[in-house]
Amino acid sequence: MPRVSVDVDGVTYEDEVEPRLLLVHYLRDRLGKVGTPIGCDTSNCGACTVLMDGLSVKSCSVLAVQADGHEITTIEGLGDGQNLHPLQRAFHEEHALQCGYCTPGMIMAALDLLRENADPSDDEIRDGLEGNLCRCTGYQNIVRAVRRAADGMRQAEEARS
Amino acid sequence: MSEVASEAVTEQVTPSAPDATGEVGRARRRSEDARLITGKTNWTDNIQLPGLLHVAFLRSPISHARISRIDVEAARARPGVVAVVTGADLGDEQGSLPCAWPVTEDMVLPDHPPIAVGEVRYVGEPVAAVVARDRYAAVDALEAIDIDYEPLPAVVDMERAIAEGADLVHVDKGTNKSYTWVFEAGDLNAAFRDAPVIVERRYVQQRLIPTAMEPRAVVCSAVGDEYTLWSATQIPHILRLMLATVTGIPEHRLRVIAPDVGGGFGSKLQVYGEEVVCLLLAKRLGRPVKWTESRSEGNMAVHHGRDQIQRLSLAADRDGRIRGVKVDLLADMGAYLMLVTPGIPLLGAFMFNGIYKMDAYSFTCTGVFTNKTPTDAYRGAGRPEATYAIERMMDELAAELGLDPLEVRRRNWIRHEEFPYDTIAGLTYDSGNYEAATEKAMRLFDYDKLRAEQADRRDRGDPVQLGIGVSTYTEMCGLAPSRVLGSLSYGAGGWEHASVRVLPSGKVEVVTGSSAHGQGHETAWAQIAADRLGVPFEDVRVLHGDTGISPKGMDTYGSRSLAVGGVALYNACDKVVDKARRMAAHLLEADERDLEFSAGSFKVKGVPGQARTLQEVALATFAAHDLPEGFEPSLDSDATHDPDNFSFPHGTHLCAVDVDTETGFVKIRSYVAVDDVGKVVNPLIVEGQVHGGLAQGIAQALYEEAVYDADGNLTTTTMADYLVPSAADLPTFTTDRTETPATTNPLGVKGVGEAGTIASTPAVVGAVVDALRPYGVDDVPMPCTPERVWRALRGTRGQAPPEGAPEPGAGGGLGSAGGAA
Repeated sequence: MPRVSVDVDGVTYEDEVEPRLLLVHYLRDRLGKVGTPIGCDTSNCGACTVLMDGLSVKSCSVLAVQADGHEITTIEGLGDGQNLHPLQRAFHEEHALQCGYCTPGMIMAALDLLRENADPSDDEIRDGLEGNLCRCTGYQNIVRAVRRAADGMRQAEEARS
Repeated sequence: MSEVASEAVTEQVTPSAPDATGEVGRARRRSEDARLITGKTNWTDNIQLPGLLHVAFLRSPISHARISRIDVEAARARPGVVAVVTGADLGDEQGSLPCAWPVTEDMVLPDHPPIAVGEVRYVGEPVAAVVARDRYAAVDALEAIDIDYEPLPAVVDMERAIAEGADLVHVDKGTNKSYTWVFEAGDLNAAFRDAPVIVERRYVQQRLIPTAMEPRAVVCSAVGDEYTLWSATQIPHILRLMLATVTGIPEHRLRVIAPDVGGGFGSKLQVYGEEVVCLLLAKRLGRPVKWTESRSEGNMAVHHGRDQIQRLSLAADRDGRIRGVKVDLLADMGAYLMLVTPGIPLLGAFMFNGIYKMDAYSFTCTGVFTNKTPTDAYRGAGRPEATYAIERMMDELAAELGLDPLEVRRRNWIRHEEFPYDTIAGLTYDSGNYEAATEKAMRLFDYDKLRAEQADRRDRGDPVQLGIGVSTYTEMCGLAPSRVLGSLSYGAGGWEHASVRVLPSGKVEVVTGSSAHGQGHETAWAQIAADRLGVPFEDVRVLHGDTGISPKGMDTYGSRSLAVGGVALYNACDKVVDKARRMAAHLLEADERDLEFSAGSFKVKGVPGQARTLQEVALATFAAHDLPEGFEPSLDSDATHDPDNFSFPHGTHLCAVDVDTETGFVKIRSYVAVDDVGKVVNPLIVEGQVHGGLAQGIAQALYEEAVYDADGNLTTTTMADYLVPSAADLPTFTTDRTETPATTNPLGVKGVGEAGTIASTPAVVGAVVDALRPYGVDDVPMPCTPERVWRALRGTRGQAPPEGAPEPGAGGGLGSAGGAA
């Protein structure tokens, strides 16, 4: 079996994996990183979205072997242990989640969206999150939360510079 | 149109602001969120147990067939496979899945084994289960199971299914009709005889797939004769009783836990075969098992919703006053009757009259078997279908008479001074103010201005036409008064239970029988308890969803949690205060009648400084050193609340759409929802429920449909085919509220979980039809995909599709999916 070395949320793991093993199953079943859920099997819903080297990927559509040598960030790796990431805080403040099943993927996808566009319009947020489905919220508060986080993150960035 | 409803707005309908210290009414951020936004959630599929085995189900690829041979030997021999079972292997042990709602005495109720025995009747029906060391090994082994099927005729179309000589889903039953259920009130013949206006329409409620984001999952462990079953379910309490009934495992040996559950929308209000089978496998193997479905199998095997053919007649006078309404439904049961399958369309029986007065009403529903996935509850459950029908019919009546759709509604609706009002369907609407909600909605929507723009664009022949849709809905919530359920032959009551425990430290544990799966009960229930007991919000913990912790409950569905479970909690808190009052009087050496309780403290009236807090009383009760004579040393209290009546949220929704007459594409331009859900515990949560409800109702109007081909194959098994809308497909909503408190419960609450879904579908389709009415269009079948709109405009809808084939444009048309139809 192929051997992989993957950095997940700051910890390096070395494992032998079946070539067909999906990254999301590697995370959940082998590493116990169950913060990333699975919502479908056709890469439509986005619930399993994580960052690979800073770019969002649907971890059901990436093989564990493809993650070899790469850095994975999941919802569990956001924030600094003490403080929530601004996106996490904004989702809470704006009531951007109900059942919360889509939330990890939604937050990770939003993080990538804000990396590309630090000041998105509502329409740009809606288009940017098109690959992540939510069944509870109707998206309105998710859009609000992403905008709120974007504002906060930009202001923090300006304060630093 | 400003003559509509301007006279009636009163002070009482303005949403109340919470008082400075009150928890109820406050837009608290949810305490649930902490674990959900950090990935610390306890979904069923996250659970790991020592020795855990994984289950996979082989499902029928054919809609109707005899199973002539099953060979599982090769599968059993595969590495890592622990067991393979078929329906025959499980035999009588697997029992028959329950239907708790025999709606008529002669209802046809077929056996429904969890794993098919001898015959399969829908695509996706389980035919075998593999147990293996991990999920990959289990799924691999499915391929090694060899089955011979002898295809039988597929029954797909409801109208053909009930025709003479039709092929049968259950040959031994001799019919595809499960039941016919009738309700009549008033003299319908008199209402229709010589009526100046009669409107007749046929509408189709397409089949929907509920699509909770968390797929179903089950974990079951057996230790000796003690069983614990975790399931992604809305109904741990009902499930426990039903699993015990089906399997013969004694109820007190079975604990059911619903951990964090990722949405339900009715789909997890079910006793599923997979739950039964996992329990039996854990029992047989003596090892814990886990099953998690894939979305693709879930789309076939999670129960579906809606699926009705509605024939409607409405008789009216020339001034628009309704004389009578006649409803004749065919409701698709699918292949089997599941937990409440036959009753779902009947929940609409009392709602086809909507908010309107009339002299006569008749409702007939025939439940029909087809070779499709069984149907059952989906958000709204019978009431969206009814609301859609009556609201569309009101539009048709308005068009017939040349009246504004809001004006024809105003001429028929119950006026606010007429409450409480006994409806033609036999319900008593306790409160409401349709005038106030409508006036507010019209103002937020800028109704008159949009109508003027519409007229202008019609005059100009704008290729993109503006349509305005109206929905003045009500719904019956707070399921349900037990005596009513009894009169409808439902298999249980409709009460809810709550316990309140005051710990020695003064902290409070609330145990509720409501089983939230995204609704935010942990927050809202803590707000209610904090208010009633005068303790800090942070000092209240809410426990639920585990029959070992919350032993008594009727769970969460039908917008019942707050109106029934919340009231149970309110009553339990009052019992705590009553007990504490006696203890406090003893401690203060005062008469109970001289004590007042406020802000968590018992004070002797007129004696400043003479007071005991609830926490002090709790500690003294715990110590029990000095008790009043005969006082039982506990403040803990239970309450079981059985509502006297349903609650009746209502509201006015207005939708504006741009319809491109050249492409058929529909874009929602604005959407205003003004809902009256009575008193509100947490406006943040209420707004969120409305948003989500709107999204699902709009999805039925424009996007979603479970499509079967002529052979009974479901062609929308994936999220690429079944089009749940994304953020890019939905508009920004304008939501607001009016507030007429429910008079039938002390919280004044009505329930909000289903309102948005119930109201929005007719508002959106009504808007689409309104845009096209100058072109002679009076209906577009749902979902109103670009192709269907385009065909309606060109009058080609009348061309029947090939025998049994889905109608053109079926399956939705999301902008974001590029129109996958």
